[in-house]
Amino acid sequence: MTPPTDFAQTAQQREEVRTIFERGAPGRRASHLPVLDVPEQPIDDVLPARFRRRGLPLLPEVSEPEIVRHYVRLSKRNFDLDSGFYPLGSCTMKYNPKLHERVAALPGHSRLHPLQRPERAQGALELMWGLQNALGEIAGLPHVSLQPSAGSHGELAGVLLTRAYHEDRGDAREIVLTPDTAHGTNPATVTMAGYRVLGVGTDANGGVDLDDLREKATDRVACLMLTNPNTLGLFDPNITEIARIVHGVGATLYYDGANLNAIMGISRPGDMGFDIVHFNLHKSFTQPHGGGGPGAGPIAVSDRIAPYLPVPIVTRTEAADGPVFDLVDDLPKSIGRVRGFQGNYGVFVRAYAYICSLGGEGLRQASEIAVLNANYLRALLRKQGIGEYLATPFDRHCMHEFVMSGGPMKRDLGIRTLDLAKRMLDFGVHPPTVYFPQLVEECLLIEPTETETRETLETFAKILAEILAEAVESPETARNAPYTTPVRRLDEATAARVPVLRQPLG
Amino acid sequence: MADEHYPEDLRYHREHDWVRVDGDEAVFGITWFAQDALGEVVFYEPPAVGATLAADATYGELESVKAVSDIYAPADGEVVSVNEDVVAAPELVNTDPYGAGWLVRVRLTNPARLDALMDQAAYVAYLAGLGEA
Repeated sequence: MTPPTDFAQTAQQREEVRTIFERGAPGRRASHLPVLDVPEQPIDDVLPARFRRRGLPLLPEVSEPEIVRHYVRLSKRNFDLDSGFYPLGSCTMKYNPKLHERVAALPGHSRLHPLQRPERAQGALELMWGLQNALGEIAGLPHVSLQPSAGSHGELAGVLLTRAYHEDRGDAREIVLTPDTAHGTNPATVTMAGYRVLGVGTDANGGVDLDDLREKATDRVACLMLTNPNTLGLFDPNITEIARIVHGVGATLYYDGANLNAIMGISRPGDMGFDIVHFNLHKSFTQPHGGGGPGAGPIAVSDRIAPYLPVPIVTRTEAADGPVFDLVDDLPKSIGRVRGFQGNYGVFVRAYAYICSLGGEGLRQASEIAVLNANYLRALLRKQGIGEYLATPFDRHCMHEFVMSGGPMKRDLGIRTLDLAKRMLDFGVHPPTVYFPQLVEECLLIEPTETETRETLETFAKILAEILAEAVESPETARNAPYTTPVRRLDEATAARVPVLRQPLG
Repeated sequence: MADEHYPEDLRYHREHDWVRVDGDEAVFGITWFAQDALGEVVFYEPPAVGATLAADATYGELESVKAVSDIYAPADGEVVSVNEDVVAAPELVNTDPYGAGWLVRVRLTNPARLDALMDQAAYVAYLAGLGEA
């Protein structure tokens, strides 16, 4: 591969970026309505003046080709999984099989109205019921709610369930423990749910510091939120002892399912002692995601938490002429609804298609290959030419992802993890997650996923070696990268300090 | 961005905060190492004037392009004033961490606590140890 050395502006960089409102001309339309062939009704008879807007809405006035070219142009400025390798740690950017899109596009799925009555949407409810059962089996926890619409939303629902559980027993508690390797959403969730965050340290092996946990686990603790494997990509072998400590003080154990891709069909959070699990359907069960959605964050819970689950729950009852599916609202101790309607249904369809097409053995194999791929890539990145500059902080096999530290690179070559990440863009790969988790200096969090080939992993290692070799000669090249992307190095500090949050129209 | 340096007239906390003692008052800030690790600072959330700060506890937040980080009080004190210039222009923490980038001025409530802090030589040795770990 030849690294780009011609730093002249690309056609895309020269192109003037315009919003759709800056295109078109007054009166231009993408479609024209036919001549009215029914008697015209006075507008006041149809909609009284007090409900009508006074002026016309400000809408783009563009032709159909202008619309199509605008959005196709935008899509070409994007990077996606269908374009290249996307090892964004903790985000599980696995390939999304096109079969799922075909299934989700069937009119019975795609045209279903959210207010359709249950008796008219039996097929959809059957799918949701099947998905609930499959997720319960994967989690090892039988009671499932599909309502939450994102991982963070599932977390919030899960911690509200913990609150409902403790309050129902007349047991007021005020603290939730989160390890310092936790996803940033965990402490945010805790605060939103009205609890106080108390951090738990990490031991030398990258797991929960048991002594610190024993000290902090008191009867004021409502819950421990844990990701296993954690954000260092390491499975905590002390999980049953952790569960014993947490349950010993009457607290619940919460499983952040962000890293479920490492253990599907191999070990179950319910068997480890967890009470509440959230899934990220958009990560582990394939879904085009990124840029804010759509997602789904269903939760699975143990028997003692089940009475508080959000409503509605999908139920199945046997009738004379076959099973009947329904949405049930009357759970007296439920925390209530956590969103309108029934969730992001299209996400359910794709996740169910994935689970059904792989089956239990297939899911297990997906996790096994995800772990194998991560360990193979980790081994490649420890070799000469890379290993001197990128340290591997924990000398253990990783699970589905692993951390590296750009500390030696920063000291010896004078380039930072951010520069390395930006330079990768010129080679047509998406960089890994950077600067997370925070306890690793100049961190890279790399998650290749099971859907990448051995050749892709080897190419990625070659790219890293090439960038580092280039930085030995000329660190400036990485410091000023990227050169070939639609926009060059962005001024992130000014964007954060002086954000432009409003696009004036007209 | 300032060049790496650690003034001799300051005392240092292991969370990379510094103290400049001024009679019965003191000024707190973060070290060159801390601002370098954070990257470009984009937001400073200061404590309220009059707030009581406890040594080793957090008293405010600095947000950089990478992350939001807590700031630790190196000593006990009561906030006399906060640096509004940094609130308006957080990049001062990067360009002048020991001068215009100071964060808070306190009245010391337990000056004896300062003895637990590192001097410049000890802090530089501490940083060298971190690099090897």
